[in-house]
Amino acid sequence: MKKNSKNNSGMSLIVKTVTRWTILLIILYGLYITFFGHLGPGGGFAGGVIVVLSFIHIILAYGKDFVVRRINEYLASILETTGGLMFLSIAILGFATGIFFKDFLGQGKIFSLFSGGIILPANVAIMLKVGFGMLSAFLCLILFSLHKGE
Amino acid sequence: MEGIITLLIFLMIIAAIISLEIKDLLSSVVSLGAVGLILTLLFLLLQAPDVAIVQFVVEILSLVILIRATVVRDETIYNKKSFFLRLPIIFFVFVFLTIVGFSFKDLPSFGKPKYKLAEYYVNNTIKDTGAVDVVSAIILNYRAYDTLGEVVVLFTAILGAVLILRKIGKSNEKE
Repeated sequence: MKKNSKNNSGMSLIVKTVTRWTILLIILYGLYITFFGHLGPGGGFAGGVIVVLSFIHIILAYGKDFVVRRINEYLASILETTGGLMFLSIAILGFATGIFFKDFLGQGKIFSLFSGGIILPANVAIMLKVGFGMLSAFLCLILFSLHKGE
Repeated sequence: MEGIITLLIFLMIIAAIISLEIKDLLSSVVSLGAVGLILTLLFLLLQAPDVAIVQFVVEILSLVILIRATVVRDETIYNKKSFFLRLPIIFFVFVFLTIVGFSFKDLPSFGKPKYKLAEYYVNNTIKDTGAVDVVSAIILNYRAYDTLGEVVVLFTAILGAVLILRKIGKSNEKE
């Protein structure tokens, strides 16, 4: 990482240091909003967009080349499709026990983390779906400008 | 409370007009961000924190993409229309506002919804689903089929974006 900070790509040293310190907090806040979506305001959509904003934060601070070497759009699209298939499989598992989208997990204890039945796994699925979908669209914008510059 | 909301709505309209009419692209994007932030404040004042979080976050993401996509390119297309070409638009806006003004009389008053379905959700969500947050319970349990359609729409949109923005086709890679 010290090798890359000597390069001129991306923003200044101050921005890079602050990014390095805050990036985990942003990801943690996104995961919190996702996992506690059935206990407070928030949910999968907002959590996924917050997680992706942290990735975009890295892209803006460290430049394109730093990120494109580590995260390609292939990995992002695989994670996105995983989220979509997770949501569909929750629906089909409910169909196996009775009705489409039937609550097959049980309600659990109110105000605890594992309550609310299918809402928690559906939130996680939507977080993967929305977040990495937006990330793959953003990566496509970046890769397009890379190919145009060559 | 209603006075603050009316003031914020007028500020939002002013910011939207500025972002339409100003010539500098970066200033236009910044005033568009002001519209989104005032809308977030409005959702918070109307006690809808779920919608406020989503609006705030999506506003930031779209501002980043807009600045990257439009301002960096710096392609300004600006054609000025004469006043007579705008006359039919002004006429139709006037007709629309008249009809809206007549229909405002039939709307229910502020804070008193006409439909009684919301009372069912507020009273029975914990008993039916076991979740505390009513909004999450509605979009992922009561109306989960709707969310499945939304997921499919998002998948199709991103598939289209990836296919259009990809410069190198699959057939060129093999050569």
